[in-house]
Amino acid sequence: MPIQLEDYQDVAGPGVIEELRALAGRVAGRKMQHINSTAVGGGVAEILTRLVPLLRELGVDAAWDVIKGDQAFFSVTKAFHNALHGKREEITAEMYEIFRANTETNLRDLNFTGDAIFVHDPQPAGLVARKAEIGRRWVWRCHIDVSAPQADVWEFLRPSIEQYDAAIFSMPDFAQRLPGAQYRIAPSIDPLSDKNKPLEAGYVNKVLEKYNVDPGRPIITQISRFDRFKDPLGVIAAYRLVKKRHRCQLVLAGGGAPDDPEGEEVLRDVQEAAAGDPDIHVLLLPPFSDLEINALVRGSTVMVQKSIREGFGLTVSEALWKRKAVVGGAAGGIKLQIIDGITGFLVHSSEGAATRIAQLLGDRRLRDKMGENGYQHVRQNFLVTRHVRDYILTMLALDHPGESMIYLA
Amino acid sequence: MAGNSHGSQGAPGLKTMAPSTEAKAFAFFTETRLVGLTGRKASDLAQLLQHLTQVSGSCIFYHTHYLYLTHHFEKPRFYNEFANWVSQALQEERLAERLAAIDLLEMTSIRDLREALARVMQKHLEGDGKTIRTCPPGEEFHFCEAKSFIMPTGLVAAGVSEFFDLLGNVTNDCLHFHFFEARLRLERPTNDFSQWLEDLGQKRLAARINSLNPYAMTLDELKHEIVKLGRRYSSK
Repeated sequence: MPIQLEDYQDVAGPGVIEELRALAGRVAGRKMQHINSTAVGGGVAEILTRLVPLLRELGVDAAWDVIKGDQAFFSVTKAFHNALHGKREEITAEMYEIFRANTETNLRDLNFTGDAIFVHDPQPAGLVARKAEIGRRWVWRCHIDVSAPQADVWEFLRPSIEQYDAAIFSMPDFAQRLPGAQYRIAPSIDPLSDKNKPLEAGYVNKVLEKYNVDPGRPIITQISRFDRFKDPLGVIAAYRLVKKRHRCQLVLAGGGAPDDPEGEEVLRDVQEAAAGDPDIHVLLLPPFSDLEINALVRGSTVMVQKSIREGFGLTVSEALWKRKAVVGGAAGGIKLQIIDGITGFLVHSSEGAATRIAQLLGDRRLRDKMGENGYQHVRQNFLVTRHVRDYILTMLALDHPGESMIYLA
Repeated sequence: MAGNSHGSQGAPGLKTMAPSTEAKAFAFFTETRLVGLTGRKASDLAQLLQHLTQVSGSCIFYHTHYLYLTHHFEKPRFYNEFANWVSQALQEERLAERLAAIDLLEMTSIRDLREALARVMQKHLEGDGKTIRTCPPGEEFHFCEAKSFIMPTGLVAAGVSEFFDLLGNVTNDCLHFHFFEARLRLERPTNDFSQWLEDLGQKRLAARINSLNPYAMTLDELKHEIVKLGRRYSSK
């Protein structure tokens, strides 16, 4: 039976569903269209997979469309992504042209059906060009860290971004000086998805065995795409320091995404760095491996997310939800999810990560306490139900620009 | 209907409250909010002060009240986010204590509060300005503001006894709206509960509730104290 809104009653806490129904009643029947660049892989697609059906169940006419793009386009947008995150990228005139041409194709092929159109991230940002012709309310939902973007790429995108009625960023640090309204909406996890739902211990052990991971020894795990910003090589360096004193294992697991062509290159580097150590398990998981990812996290002793730049890093919330203490890089949204010393530890180096991992491996009570805190923190702040509420509020906010207190009769 | 009647008198920013149907009933409202971003940030005290004088009232309210509403694993050092920032990012402890010591109960409007914050910052700049550091990169103060949505909860108390029965079950958001927002953000003369009780002739109870310091306790504790006072007075 498909998951329904009522199923969230117990996990989200009392009153949450009632509030959603009350708010949704104020936008019932309105069309909310989401547009992004991939239907599978990556956090945005995952969120929309649950968010859109929940909105529909609440009576909001939500739809989700995906833009088309070839390998050349996604290579350009990956370079844009890196540059917006502050990593120096050489962007040529030809690359800008590929981006423009792809935007034109999608402007021609897509149906813009929403009363409010939520465009996610830079890849489809240029679609707002249609606003002049069809009007409607346009929202740019930016999931990445644009606090220190490479100037030329930001300036290329800025004329488009300035046309949006509102922009949404995951944290205040990413906000810009823009003519439209800006809101802070953190992303979210779905507690009932295959990636997060409770699992039988037997299944967890079976998955560990499948990947030759020994359930009897400490397991340090980082789940993420093979991406330089996630610093998988730094995780290996931290593990090697911990390994001097602990008989531990390291799992680096992640999937690929069709809009991330750089991943294969990073994976090769990681495999090379891990070569020769049978206790390092580098796992490139195929799409639809969510249950196995869930099991790997539940079977782990300490979770790591040692990113050096991060849009948000929802893998942290996914681990906290499973009551795992997390050692994470002090970057982007990780700083919102890891309350240092309360739900995990924030670190700035491989050495720092190693120290904290070793501390947690040696102190079960600390792990349990942080895990419990983490679970509560996610429950209050990072569940999909809160995300649904915020998008409905955004619809309502678009009706009341410039007002700070709005009465909903 | 206290929550309604004040709004219909033209409270700033909340002009379209529903008309009152029962003059002596109290309708509980609740509030949910979207956090707005201004794109303004400060790296040092001079910038903080400059933005403080230019941002919206909703922004000032947000940074002085938001922490009361959020769950904390450990009690925050200060509930005033300006104070927290100058303490942590600028390491200006004296200034932090002075900002946190501004008596929010003495303020009758956001304008007063803004001026009080600015005065303390200005004085500190004039005294210690040359030695104040710039915050480390990544620790800038980001100005946010609340976009609040007010909704009726459907709970309506016909009289004093029912009022205190219902109050025990309202959410913290509801309490926050009637107690904090009403007075400072909507510039009502007192909190909504005291105003309503006073209108009903319960002047002593209204005054006792108004004399509670909501900034010195959690919202759960505040609710408990109000209900306790209500029970005590209504049994007399």
